[in-house]
Formats: sequence, C-alpha cells, structure tokens
Amino acid sequence: MDANTFLIQVLNGIQYGLLLFLVASGLTLILGIMGIINLAHGTFYMVGAYLAFSLSQYFGSLWLAMAGGVVIAVAIGLALEWLLISRLYHRDHLYQVLLTYGLILIFEELRSVVFGDDVHGVAVPEALRASIPLTETLSYPVYRLWMSAVCLALAAGMYLLIQKTRLGMTIRAGSANREMVQSLGININLLYRLVFALGVALAAFAGMIAAPVASVFPGMGNQVLIVCFVVVVIGGIGSVKGAMLAAILIGLVDTFGSVLTFRIGGVQLLPELSGMMIYLLMAAVLLARPEGLFGRRG
Amino acid sequence: MRLLRPAGAVLLICLVALAVLPWFAEKYYVQLFTKIMIMAIFAMSLDLLVGFTGLVSLGHAAYFGLAGYVLAFAAPQYEAANLWLSLALAMACSGLLALAIGVLVLRTSGIYFIMVTLAFAQMVFFVFHDTKIAGGADGIYVYVKPVAAIAGWEPFTLENYTHFYFVVLALLALVYAALRVLLASPFGRVIAGIRVNEQRMRSLGFRTFRYKLVCFVLAGVLAGMAGYFAAAQFGFVSPETLGWHQSGKVLMMVILGGMGTLTGAVLGAFAMMLLELGLQGLPDFGGMEVAKHWQLLLGVFIVFAVLLLPHGLLGLGRLASRLRRKPAEAAE
Repeated sequence: MDANTFLIQVLNGIQYGLLLFLVASGLTLILGIMGIINLAHGTFYMVGAYLAFSLSQYFGSLWLAMAGGVVIAVAIGLALEWLLISRLYHRDHLYQVLLTYGLILIFEELRSVVFGDDVHGVAVPEALRASIPLTETLSYPVYRLWMSAVCLALAAGMYLLIQKTRLGMTIRAGSANREMVQSLGININLLYRLVFALGVALAAFAGMIAAPVASVFPGMGNQVLIVCFVVVVIGGIGSVKGAMLAAILIGLVDTFGSVLTFRIGGVQLLPELSGMMIYLLMAAVLLARPEGLFGRRG
Repeated sequence: MRLLRPAGAVLLICLVALAVLPWFAEKYYVQLFTKIMIMAIFAMSLDLLVGFTGLVSLGHAAYFGLAGYVLAFAAPQYEAANLWLSLALAMACSGLLALAIGVLVLRTSGIYFIMVTLAFAQMVFFVFHDTKIAGGADGIYVYVKPVAAIAGWEPFTLENYTHFYFVVLALLALVYAALRVLLASPFGRVIAGIRVNEQRMRSLGFRTFRYKLVCFVLAGVLAGMAGYFAAAQFGFVSPETLGWHQSGKVLMMVILGGMGTLTGAVLGAFAMMLLELGLQGLPDFGGMEVAKHWQLLLGVFIVFAVLLLPHGLLGLGRLASRLRRKPAEAAE
C-alpha cells in the first residue's frame, strides 16, 4: 500500500467514523440521559436518507432538502417522545426494546408503502462535485471532505452545547441525578423531549448527508444501528467523548480491515470476515473494561 | 396429592386437546401447530433468561439458527442425517456458542447486556450472510429429514407429518416439565434471587456469574433444539433464521404471553404465530395490498401491546379473576 492509497483509506475511515459518530452520539445521549434504549435510532438514519431523496427531487436542491428534512426529523422526534417514549421512563428496558422494535416495523413498512423496495441514488450537489487529484490516477472527492468537516463542526457544536451552555449543564445534571434536577425546578420532561428530538435530528441528518455517497436502500438503518451499538458499548454509555473516539476507531478498523486481510502472509483469510473485526474489538473492550472506555461503572 | 389448581386443569385440557388434534385436523393445521409448538419451545428457552433470570437477550435467534445450519452441514446432501447424532451435535454447537458469547456478555448488565447480545448475534448473522460457507444470503436446503434410527430400528419417522407433530408435542411437554422441575429446585431459587437482587445473592456467597452462565448456555441449548426441528420441518435454513427480527419476534412472544411463567411463553407463541398468519391473510383494502405490508400492522400491534398489556395475556386473565373476586376494590 503506497502513501496515497493509505491517505485515502485514512480519510475514508475517518469520514465513516465521523458519520457513525453523528448517529451514535444521539443514541448514547438518549441512553445516558433518558435511560431509554432506542432500537429505532437506526431507522431515523434511514428516514433521513429517504427524506433527502424525496425532498431533493421535490425542491431540486439537496440543501433545501436538508433544511426541510431536519425540521421534519425534529417534528418526528418531538411527536414520538410525546406520544410513546414518555410512557416508558418508568418501565423496564424490555418494554423499551419491544416498543422501539415495533416502531422499526412500522417505519420500515411505511417506507416500503411510500417508496417501494428499490435502491435509490441522490446526486451530489453541484458545488461539491469536484475531486482533489492526489496522483495521476487517484483523487479524493470534495463531497467526502465536506461531510467530514460538517460532522466535525456538529461535534464541536455539541461539545459547546453540552459543556458551555445552561441547557447543556441541565442535561449533564439530568444524566447524573434526574430526581435532584427535577426537585430544583427544572422541567425534566421538556429536557428529555428536546434531547430525544436532538438525537433523532442528528441521526436523520447523518442519513441525509450520507445519501449521495451510500445510496438509499431498505434496511440501511438497521445496519447502522448495530454498528452504533458497538460504538456506544466501546465508548461507554452516555459519553459523547467516548462515542467520538470509538466511532473513529470503528471507522478506521472497518476500513482497514477490508483492505488488510488480503495482505496477511500465506494464510488466505476470507475477506468477507473483515466485517467481524469490529465485533472482535468490542469483545476485547468488554474483557478489559466492561463499562466501556469512558463509561461509568455500575 | 394436592388436587389440581384451576390453572393446572386448564393446562391439562390444552395438552389433551393438542394430543388429539391430529385426528380431527387437516394436514395443513397439523403442520402449522407443529411449527407453533417449535416456536413455543424457543420462547420457553428465552423465558428462562428474560423472565426467570432477568437477562434480556436480544440475540437469542443466533442459537436457534445455528442449530439449523448444523443440521444442514451434518446431513450428507440428498441423504438423511441420523436424528440422534445430528440433534445432539446441533444442541452442543448452540450450547458452545452460548458459552462463548455468554462469558463475554454476562460481564455486562442492563442496557449494555441488551446491546451486546444483539451485536454478537449480528456478528453470527454476518458470518453466515456474507461468507460462502453455507450458501450466503440465499441459505441452504435440508433435502431429507433426519432419520431416527437406533441400530436399524426406527421408532418413528419425521417424514410422516403426524409423527413429526407428536415428537414436537412430546418435546414441548418434556421441556416444560424439565424447566418446571429446574425452577422449583434450589438452582431455580438462586436464579430467582439473582433476578430480584443480584448484589444480595453475591453477598450471600453465591457465585452469580456461574449461575447466569449456566442459564445462558441452557437457554442456548434449548433454542438449538427448537432451531433444529424448525430447520428439519421447513427443509431450509437462511441467515434470517438467526437475524434480529427472529430475536425480536421470540422476545415479543414471551412478553405477549406474560414472562416468567413458561405457560405465558407457550401462549405467546400461539398468539403471535396465529396473529401473523391472520395479518398475512388479510384482504386488500382500498386498493392497498394489506397482506403484503402486514408487518406494519404487527408493529402497531406491538406498540399497543407494550402500552396496554404490561403483564401480557396471562395478566389479562389475572386481572379478570381479581375483578371477579374483589369488584369493589378493583374499581377504586
């Protein structure tokens, strides 16, 4: 592997990791702060991608589609929390699993009713269609760089929101001790609703920006969900910092796993098994630190 | 001996009804009930974890599906496998997988446990889905049903659908009785204690990890038994049999019936399978193919069941009897 291919793989790995971070950060916040295990989180990623597909056809612009899509995603998040999720706070995780599993079935079938089961593509916006040439044959698309930049900007925004603002302070306090926060007169229900909507919007937005590079297909949400679970387990529940680190790690391991298996000595490994690398990584973390890299014990 | 309680009487009546069913029902229904009873065994194995030990596993289909694949591998193509050998092999493989995964996942608890069981089960799913070892995404056929020969003598043949039905019914009763005995034993009291307060059981000197691991492996072995017969009956194994929709479905069965009762798991399996069948047979409505999108209705049903039936179908019965006994108190 020469330096340029290596660079491209690193960029791809980081870009994939950052995208995972957008989905996983919402998942980990909802888990850590609200104590809700949301299986439907990957579904919101799929919803985002399909919103990007349909709205960009309607508006004729991916930018407008993204703006409209985020508004719709926030509305979906607020409505779901109000109607369903808010009834689950005092119930066992088991019921959260089942209800959100039911939501997956509903959203998947609605998707099938409205859009059918075909694979769709979304065009890369005009302004970002260029590629940066690295050598005579290799180049790197600007859109992917833009994706990474947007993800980083959002990550920075989340860091500022959680660490530096009053809202972030109450969110952090709420995850540490929700009864205490409530008794201090903070409207914890509203806080939860906002956190849930934020998580849904992040997942949907990730789906929207991924649509032009990853195509839009049935089952795309569940694929992402499982990987995000791995990210959250490795990073530690409720830790946005952990999610960031774990997501980048998973992105790189997954990208290099599929490249490197061809190169391992005389033993011809099945290249398909490279998909197992991230689970082996998770198993290793579980053995060493069952609570995750940045998780709290207990 | 104590006289049968009402619940026991109902159970006995159901058992008798199932035992005489093949004399009254057509082939289709006998095979359908065979399939449902296989799922009931599967659901009971999960109930041991979810309802009795308090371990919510969302990857239980991995052991179910793996056993089916073991049958497919064990059978020489176009020839029959030996039932006893291949069944023992399949259950052992499922048990070993449960041991390997259990050692890792039992280091976690609560939400982590749910996510990690799901993730490891998906890993197994991807092994069968993405590699060519067993037909990949297309799955693999089991052309001939296994033969139950012991030194040339064949007590029954699975090719006969009535025989198959009675074998599965016998296994259902056997697994039910064995789990009842196990749960009533000191071992069962310990895992009940773990469910309620693991910390206290540990401080009493019980090595709770070992108890949980035994349950996890046992549940895997029983799921393997169910998966073996499901594959033998259907004659086909695909990655979907160990996918997470299967895990979600069996979890729904346990909850729908009422967890921690065994009877509830069986009831849930019947209710869920018949509901699915009913939804798949719905006529078109207003130009929409309702039956094609039956999962939408299933999803709506699951959401409502979670919100309205906190104790499952058995909870409904309990509620009804309480209403009868103390109408004034319940009305408050």
